[in-house]
Amino acid sequence: MSSVAPFLVFFIGAALVVGTSGILRSLVMLAIPVVGAVNLYMLPADASHVVPLLGYELELIKVDKLSLLFGYLFHLAAFLGIVFSLHVDDRVQHVSGLLYAGSALGAVFAGDLLTLFLFWELLAVTSVFLILARGTERSYGAAMRYLLIQVGSGVILLAGIAMHWTATGSTAIAQIGLQDWSSGLAGIASWLLLFAIGIKACFPLLHNWLTDAYPEATPTGTVFLSAFTTKVAVYTLARTFAGTELLVYIGAGMAMFPIFFAVIENDLRRVLAYSLINQVGFMVVGIGIGTALAVNGAVSHAFNDVIFKGLLFMSMGAVLYRTGKMNGSELGGLYKTMPWTAGFCMVGAASISAFPLFSGFVSKSMVMVAALEEHHPYVWLALLFASAGVFHHAGIKIPYFAFFAHDSGLRPKEAPLNMLIAMGLAAAICIFNGCYPWLLYSMLPNPVDYEPYTAAHVLTQTQLLFFSALAFVWLQLKGLYPPELPGINIDAEWSYRKGLPAVGRWAHKAAAAVRAEWLGVRGRIIEQVNAGIYRLHGPDGVFGRTWPTGRMAFWTTLMLGAYVILSYV
Amino acid sequence: MAQHHGAPDDGKTHMFDKPQNVARVRYALYALCGISILAEVFVHRHVDHPWEALPLFYCLYGFAACVILVLIAKEMRKVLMRDEEYYDE
Repeated sequence: MSSVAPFLVFFIGAALVVGTSGILRSLVMLAIPVVGAVNLYMLPADASHVVPLLGYELELIKVDKLSLLFGYLFHLAAFLGIVFSLHVDDRVQHVSGLLYAGSALGAVFAGDLLTLFLFWELLAVTSVFLILARGTERSYGAAMRYLLIQVGSGVILLAGIAMHWTATGSTAIAQIGLQDWSSGLAGIASWLLLFAIGIKACFPLLHNWLTDAYPEATPTGTVFLSAFTTKVAVYTLARTFAGTELLVYIGAGMAMFPIFFAVIENDLRRVLAYSLINQVGFMVVGIGIGTALAVNGAVSHAFNDVIFKGLLFMSMGAVLYRTGKMNGSELGGLYKTMPWTAGFCMVGAASISAFPLFSGFVSKSMVMVAALEEHHPYVWLALLFASAGVFHHAGIKIPYFAFFAHDSGLRPKEAPLNMLIAMGLAAAICIFNGCYPWLLYSMLPNPVDYEPYTAAHVLTQTQLLFFSALAFVWLQLKGLYPPELPGINIDAEWSYRKGLPAVGRWAHKAAAAVRAEWLGVRGRIIEQVNAGIYRLHGPDGVFGRTWPTGRMAFWTTLMLGAYVILSYV
Repeated sequence: MAQHHGAPDDGKTHMFDKPQNVARVRYALYALCGISILAEVFVHRHVDHPWEALPLFYCLYGFAACVILVLIAKEMRKVLMRDEEYYDE
């Protein structure tokens, strides 16, 4: 066997990047995902690599259609990210990006839960440098919160794995499914595992690490971040919780709530972060439905999302790199000097909005059709609302406020060549998958019996999108559209960034008050005791007086006398 | 990184500097909306659910969804919006 575990190529590559610089480093970096993809292609279907660890056997490679699809996707995403970041002269970021991509590969090819846990934690530890590298105070805080929450998710995962192992005797990555709490250890284990995966997948209220940290990363770092962590979670969910009905509702919630935040958010990369959660919502619904069509939809949408969301983050990264600004309120009119970036951004926008001939069109609809087939009409309505909403905030708002809208007066240079190439490649993949979905379909885990290009589908989807655009125009003309304003919007993170500290301060104050009260009481007691002692032993106290010696002799005589008398009685 | 006021292209007019070009984009959208309504008459729409069979269902739902989305989001802003330095204190 000439192939190695897919993550090894990236880990060894990262070591080579440490030791090189300049052109050589760029060449090594570009070669890593190419070599990795060839290695993956050569990987036999029964490949296995077992590493003994303290009497346990870690299974590093397990290959099937699902892991292969994510494997190729991650190589592609890493390649695009590397091309996009070639101009960056920061070894830490490059090494971090490569180790992070490698960890994602380790996770999707993991053959047992403990190996999955290992790479689950590595994902967090390796990627945090992409946020820290921004070098601002804000990014430092976001990075620390990110690390805490991600590592926490791993700790919960490990607890779940340990219980699952004890209850079932197995650490295989296979269907687990949600079980009743009351069914004992296995039930608790299943909830813990879902919770741990849910943190990484951005379930509602567990989502805020993403919208907190991703917009604070470097212009190139966010491109890497957007590709891997959430998709590893989607992969893990598809493996272990397919067909869990609760996921249908969680996913619908994820598709819905972020779009409201996205509409009023000023930081355009944070808008994209919310829209990332919205897209993962579609995937979670698909996994929750669990039919062949729905899981195919979830997985193919994960593939397309990595590319078009990566493309959108790249276009905003290019804007940030050239202007140093990311707020919609400070941007606008950039199409004049960054026409290519604007064009690529609009391809990404059309893809995420699922316009016919763009990639979102051929994958998202599978989940929607499956929702109707499996009798979830209200979930379907929610997803349709979210589809209109995503066009509104990601499809229109992102390109409009960055490149058009009012002229900000900024005249930045067009993005560097390597960025343009990366965006061009991503845009080409979006269009290719949109026009010719069959290659992607052939890689899906279940046989595909779905035809995206029916007259009805094309018509209904264009109607939905055109009239969403009409609503945007109408709201703008009427002056009803909320302007881009400087400011932030509080979200679930408020609970731990303001709420918890406030509770802490309150508890501290309450404790201080109790202590002051106690000190007062204690003081008064001591005072009274002191006063008593003083009364008795002070200069005028009964014990403090000077007694004449004669009286002493009198009392001694009296006592001796009493003793003598008593001894005769 | 600096603002490039007075950069080489200043004084050049760009496509959307002319209001009539912005208006053209708008009219094109109106036309596309009109065509997509007309097309409904000619295209047989396969439906998976009776709601879909309602005339102009997708047009109305798309329009209404976006308007509702924006109006609710505007109300949310009143409750949720803070200064940029809110968390930095």
